[in-house]
Amino acid sequence: MDDIFSRFDLVLRAFWLTIQLLVISGIISTVFGTVLAAMRVGPVSVLSKLGALYVSLVRNTPLLVVFIFVFVAAPTLGWFVETPFLLKGTIALTVYTSAFVCEAIRAGINSVALGQAEAARAIGLTFTGTMREVILPQAFRATVPPLASVLIALAKNTSVAAAFGLMEATGRMRFFTNNNADDRPLIFLTFALGYIIIVETMSFGAATLERRWRVAK
Amino acid sequence: MSTVLFDTPGPRTQARHRIYSTAAWLLLVLAIAGFVWRMQTEGELTYAKWEPLITPVFVKALLLDGVLNTVKMAVFAVVFALIIGLVLGVGKLSDRSWVRWPSWVVVEFFRAVPLLLLIIFIYFTYGVGDGIGSFWSVVIGLTLYNGSVLAEVFRAGVNAVPAGQAEAAYAIGMRKTQVMTLVLLPQAVKIMLPAIISQMVVALKDTSLGYYILAPGLTTVGRQIYGEFKNQFQVALVMAALYIGLNLILTFLATKVQHRLVGEKTPLVLADGDVGNVQSGRAL
Repeated sequence: MDDIFSRFDLVLRAFWLTIQLLVISGIISTVFGTVLAAMRVGPVSVLSKLGALYVSLVRNTPLLVVFIFVFVAAPTLGWFVETPFLLKGTIALTVYTSAFVCEAIRAGINSVALGQAEAARAIGLTFTGTMREVILPQAFRATVPPLASVLIALAKNTSVAAAFGLMEATGRMRFFTNNNADDRPLIFLTFALGYIIIVETMSFGAATLERRWRVAK
Repeated sequence: MSTVLFDTPGPRTQARHRIYSTAAWLLLVLAIAGFVWRMQTEGELTYAKWEPLITPVFVKALLLDGVLNTVKMAVFAVVFALIIGLVLGVGKLSDRSWVRWPSWVVVEFFRAVPLLLLIIFIYFTYGVGDGIGSFWSVVIGLTLYNGSVLAEVFRAGVNAVPAGQAEAAYAIGMRKTQVMTLVLLPQAVKIMLPAIISQMVVALKDTSLGYYILAPGLTTVGRQIYGEFKNQFQVALVMAALYIGLNLILTFLATKVQHRLVGEKTPLVLADGDVGNVQSGRAL
C-alpha cells in the first residue's frame, strides 16, 4: 500500500509517457490518416486502391503484431536499431491508428450531403477546391465523434507498448504489482483510474466540440 | 460518392492522372524492390530463415497450438461476452436503479480500462501458479471488456427499436420481461448484428495480447519460433497473414449469417444519436 503512494512520482511519470505516446501518435496519425482518406476518395485509381489495401491489411492485423514488426522484426532488417523506444512505439501506434483515422474521415466525407459537392462542382471548383473549401470543413465536423472514438481507442492502445519494454502506465503497473503481492487490486484500481481520467477527459472534450461544431442541417 | 467530387476527367486531366498513376506505380515498385533488396542484403531471404515455417512440425505448432488456441480463446470470449453483454445491457435499461447503476459502473469501468492492463492484473493476481492459468486469464479479460462494449451495443439496439413496438406490447397486456424478450430483443438483434460482428473481429485480434503473459496462441507460438530460429521478420509476416486470413474468414462467415438471419442486403444502421458513444468503447 505504502509503496505505490510513497513512489507516486513513478506513477505520474508513467502516465506522462502514456500521454506523450498518445499525443504524438494522435497528431501524426490524424495527418497521415487524412492523406490516406484523400487518396481513397481521389480520382487516381492506383492511389485509391493502395489506400484501400493499406486500410484493410492494417485493420485486420492486431496492434501487437504491428508492434512485433517495428520492435522485433524491423531490427533484423537493419531498421530502427538505434531508434529510441518512444519513437518506435509512436511509429507502431501511428501505422495502426492511421488506418482507422482514414476510415473515420472517409465516413465524415460520405456524410456530407451530395448537393454540397454538386454545388461546389457547379460553381466550377476543382477537386482540390471542392475538398478544401466545401467538403473537408464540413466533413471534419461530422468526423469529430468517430475520430474521437479512434483517438480514445489509441489512448488505451498505448498500453500495448508495455509488452515491448516501454515503462508507460501499464508497464509501471506490472512493476508495482511485482513487488507488492497483497496490494494488487489497489494498484490495479489506481492505474485504471488514471486511464479512466484520460478517456473520460477525451470523451468530454469530444462531446463539447461536437456540440459546438454541430453542422446545421 | 467520390464521383461527385470531381468531373469526368477530360483529355488533359486524364493525361495528368496517367502521370500520377505512373509516378505512384514507379514509387511502389521502387519501394518493393528496395525492400526485397534490403531483405536480400540482410540475408533474410535465405532458405534457413524460412525453413521452420514450412517444416511440418512447426506448421503443426503454428496451426494447431497457435491458430486453434487463438480461435478457441476468441470463441469462448465472444460467447461469454454475448451473455454478459446481454445481462449488463438489459441491466442498464432496467427501471430499478439498484440494477441500473451497478450495470452502468461495471460497463463504464471495463470499457475505459485498457485490455492489456486488465489481462496483466488478472493473470498476475489470479492466474499464476495454481491459479486459472494464462489461457483463462485472457478469456476472462476479453469477456469483461467485450461484454461491456456489447452491453452498450445491446442498450443502443433496444433503444433504436421504435417506441411504438414496446407501447403496443404493453397495450396488449405483456409483462416487462415479455416485452423485452419477445418484442424488443428480437428486433434489436437485427439492428445490432453489424456492431456485434465488428466486435467479434476485435475480440479475435485482441487474443494477440496473450503474448505478454505467454498464453497459448498465435503470438506466443510465433515468439517461441523466432526466439529459436532468429527469423523474426518471417514469423511476423506469417502471423500477420494468419490473423488477416482469420479475420477475413470471420467477417465473411458473419456477414453470410447476417444475411441469412436478417434477410436484407443492407441491414439497418444505427444513427449516430442512437449509438451514443458505443464506438468509443471499441478497441479498434
